[in-house]
Amino acid sequence: MNRFAALFTALDQTTSTNARVAALAGYFRDAPDDDRLWTIALLSGRRPRRAVTATNLREWAAERAGIPLWLFEEAYPVVGDLAETIALVLPEPGQTSDDSLTRWIGETVALRDMDDAARKAAIWAAWDRLDRTGRFLFNKLITGGFRMGVSQKLMTRALAAATGIEETALAHRIMGDWTPQTTTFERLVLTGDNEAATSRPYPFCLAHPLEAGPESLGDVSGWLAEWKWDGIRGQLVRRAGQVFVWSRGEELVTDRFPEFAATLDFVPDGTVIDGEIMAWRDGGVLPFQALQTRIGRKTVSARMLARTPVIMTAYDLLEQDGQDLRETPFEERRARLEGLVGALPADAPLRLSETVPAGSWGDLAAARETSRERSAEGLMLKKRDSVYHVGRKRGDWWKWKVDPLTVDAVMIYAQAGHGRRANLFTDFTFAVPDGTGSLVPFTKAYSGLTDAEFREITRWVRANTLERFGPVRSVPAVQVFEIAFEGIQASTRHKSGIALRFPRMARWRRDKPVGEINTLADLKAMLAAYGS
Amino acid sequence: MRDILTFTDRGIYCPAGDFYVDPWRPVDRALITHGHADHARPGHERYLSTAAAAPVIARRLGVTPQTVAYGERLTLGDATVSFHPAGHVPGSAQVRVEVGGQVWVVSGDYKVEADGLSEPFEPVTCHAFITECTFGLPVFNWTGQAELAAELNAWWRATADAGRVAVIGAYSLGKAQRVLASLDLSIGPVFTHGAVENMNEVLRGQGVALPPTIRVTPGQARADYARGLVIAPPSAMDGTWMRRFGPASRGYASGWMALRGVRRRRAADRGFVMSDHADWTGLNAAIAATGAERIFVTHGYTGPFRRWLESRGYDAHVVSTEYEGESLDTAATADETGERP
Repeated sequence: MNRFAALFTALDQTTSTNARVAALAGYFRDAPDDDRLWTIALLSGRRPRRAVTATNLREWAAERAGIPLWLFEEAYPVVGDLAETIALVLPEPGQTSDDSLTRWIGETVALRDMDDAARKAAIWAAWDRLDRTGRFLFNKLITGGFRMGVSQKLMTRALAAATGIEETALAHRIMGDWTPQTTTFERLVLTGDNEAATSRPYPFCLAHPLEAGPESLGDVSGWLAEWKWDGIRGQLVRRAGQVFVWSRGEELVTDRFPEFAATLDFVPDGTVIDGEIMAWRDGGVLPFQALQTRIGRKTVSARMLARTPVIMTAYDLLEQDGQDLRETPFEERRARLEGLVGALPADAPLRLSETVPAGSWGDLAAARETSRERSAEGLMLKKRDSVYHVGRKRGDWWKWKVDPLTVDAVMIYAQAGHGRRANLFTDFTFAVPDGTGSLVPFTKAYSGLTDAEFREITRWVRANTLERFGPVRSVPAVQVFEIAFEGIQASTRHKSGIALRFPRMARWRRDKPVGEINTLADLKAMLAAYGS
Repeated sequence: MRDILTFTDRGIYCPAGDFYVDPWRPVDRALITHGHADHARPGHERYLSTAAAAPVIARRLGVTPQTVAYGERLTLGDATVSFHPAGHVPGSAQVRVEVGGQVWVVSGDYKVEADGLSEPFEPVTCHAFITECTFGLPVFNWTGQAELAAELNAWWRATADAGRVAVIGAYSLGKAQRVLASLDLSIGPVFTHGAVENMNEVLRGQGVALPPTIRVTPGQARADYARGLVIAPPSAMDGTWMRRFGPASRGYASGWMALRGVRRRRAADRGFVMSDHADWTGLNAAIAATGAERIFVTHGYTGPFRRWLESRGYDAHVVSTEYEGESLDTAATADETGERP
């Protein structure tokens, strides 16, 4: 693992993208085939499953370090990362190891079949053969939480630099249903020829948010507008008599959404459709909350299928008759898509994404204002002659979301973050007056402030803590924040009776006294106006 | 057994000798352990420190402390006091107070490992020990001095070879000189921010041997910094001051750099685990070496550290003070350099 640890250190020690690509490309040139294949797997989220519980690991680490468990638990939030906390408290190793990454991953996989006593012995033995970085990586591997802060795009760039194969081709090759056990570096990367090819999706084309007015995009006639939906972006792949459904996170979700099996009857072999998986009933979209009840489940009951059925709203056609259409202009892809799914019966789990007619940008601006009542997030603007890019590229596709809803609320609890945000209070709970003289919490928010603001609020929280409840601190209700969010729903799980979609801190309102913030009645009025 | 030191809202007070140690509000007589801003504050009537710490205190506060040598005993009222090396920064001391056979030690800030520059920490036997615990959790275990120097020089060399300037953030008193003493001067020239160079001047003036440095001044051209390493207080590294160096690699020297999250948040190219405070092992060893049964913990992870000491059989207490230790939050504490604005 030494070579891999050196790569990790090199990546961790620089914030420069070029330096990171160079370090990774160097590794991809030199490392043994098995190790580079595993590295691609790890960096593309194909991590080995968790081999040990966090509870066991903490106990075994504290015992090995000769410290009481409570002391370990005190240190953990300061470090903000379990694998790192363990690596830091353990005594110096007694031995060294030259074993390869692949060997070490083999050891972590073997842990899964052991009983607790054997597992503990094996983990202690591993800790005794690894230095601090090696232990950190090993702990990450066995807790299933391995992330290296390297995007798939950056990895693909490095792989392209190391192999001389074009980046977009590589991005496509390394997608899909493979693991290091089912393929080789040669077949996955160099020839792109393996079993995964049948189910393999295409890299998603992503849009940037439109910040300036749409007039900056030129004549409206060059553009096609569609509603932007709040579901799960996905691809439906129909090849070799089978249907595969992929989420944008490159997860194969076919079994979670058995509805799509029926598409076998509706679309021919050699078809790939890009669309949005949405909860849909009686001809209308259900709130994202409803879809959420389906996301986590691998097996779906008949009752759930009846209550929260899903469909795919088809945005684009990426493959037809086995031909890759991504270089074909969007207008033509769209025409072919209409031919394919435009005339399907109402019970088909596929529907065509409707376009928004526009004679001018003003028409679209007016249509966009109606997004919220349609349960849409806004508009998507796509250039009629655009190709289907790999990843996020500026210029051809834009998301033009409606402005968020906002309320002013007061912070009542604060909690420290993890990882990069360890030691900083970043996770806050907000409340509004309920009309009886009490404050009712209604949302949490974690993002939206600058690092400097988080540092400042952290100092304030430290100096003004009222009570501690484990990692959570209660603070006096004086700090007012503007909370922005995308949607509002009724909720029986929260005392306030509401749940927000994508809440974040838009601004720290130092100018606003608590007496002037929004109230629960304001939120209820928003729910009545915008809740679906 | 009565307490010979008490904890007041002005600072740690000795009624028998009518003096304070490192007080944070103005008092008549202040014994100062070392020149860092949270320990040496302005506004007291009389100052007492080691001869080694006095020049820095004089420079920063514009006062003239009465001085004693390390180990020299002085009678103040019914108390006998003496100063003993704390190993924290050059001139730093622990203060030993003896009243009627009772011995208490105020450690100020301290570090157990010798850094080759500060007078090495000396354990002082006592009944009660007042200790910091800035890094009082078992995740803090420092890299050895030699390994640290090797890391630092490897970074400097690679940065210079890549045609960039290496800029390292380090407190101007103590850590800056430690960085300086660790450098391999065959790599290139060493530059210093004014706050650092002011401290260098004071220390050189009192006979501390430091390698040659060049003060960064407005008249210099970018080419002058070629292959250079610049030592600056962390607060200078977020500002426009950095622009003069062109493409630079940033490093930070701090005990907090032991934590990956902090390193990443700092957006530094490199973090070097260098602290002038004791690590977990150091704190425990120092406390054991005093033979004290009563321990007062002042700043840092006081809650867990007190509980840990209690579980080891000590009579341990937390006292609240206004000492800061090593700031986690370098960008936000402009006064950590000790320079008055």
